[in-house]
Amino acid sequence: MLTIDQSTYDEIVAHARRDHPDEACGLVAGREGRPTRVIPMTNAARSPTFYEMDPLEQLRVFRDIDDAGEDLMVIYHSHTATEAYPSRTDITIAGYPDAHYVLVSTRYADEEEFRAFRIVDGVVTEEPVTVVAGRE
Amino acid sequence: MFVTPTARLPHLVKEESQMAVQVRIPTILRRYTGEARIVEGKGDTLGDLFFDLDSRFTGIRGDLVTPAGELHRFVNIYVNDEDVRFLGGLATPIADGDTVTILPAVAGGAR
Repeated sequence: MLTIDQSTYDEIVAHARRDHPDEACGLVAGREGRPTRVIPMTNAARSPTFYEMDPLEQLRVFRDIDDAGEDLMVIYHSHTATEAYPSRTDITIAGYPDAHYVLVSTRYADEEEFRAFRIVDGVVTEEPVTVVAGRE
Repeated sequence: MFVTPTARLPHLVKEESQMAVQVRIPTILRRYTGEARIVEGKGDTLGDLFFDLDSRFTGIRGDLVTPAGELHRFVNIYVNDEDVRFLGGLATPIADGDTVTILPAVAGGAR
């Protein structure tokens, strides 16, 4: 299960909307299973159908998270014309079995699709998302 | 002159860290290293290092290098924090005391 506060949820959705029609991607750092901050990342692919974090930005941010004593809690990205469900590409590349993979679809301007998954050894398991009021 | 253990410590630490290349292993590859986060290896190039690692952590090389002998597209390798794609890929020279970091790329998409 993914428990996430309203402002973290809103920041992720806003980022996805802002970068539409390109895919947006980013991370959420957390501590003890609760988000501490949203880190919007550059989509180096700048594409409506693909995302890829810049390798040097990724290394720098991962180290920041580590140094702060946080965990890499969520890896999020958007799909801009399809459902918020991991594609075959997403599943093949997924390399972080401990992270929640959040997908947001921006295909409908007036409707939010926000779903969370574990992706481990090619197996996708959807997780319920609980949105709580405040960041602790 | 009497040399205290404290005074000798920096020297010892330096020698230890220069004995080999330190390799930082991501969670997904720790199945090969008995869950170790950092392992040591040796080699003149990154390619050599991966053969050396595979001799002790059987199978790890297959997750880093394709059967055609290229770096996997979605694995990022850094030597002293520099992306090896800009250094020379598997031919990147490495030396004792270097740190090699392996990170799965974060990528995907609807395509």
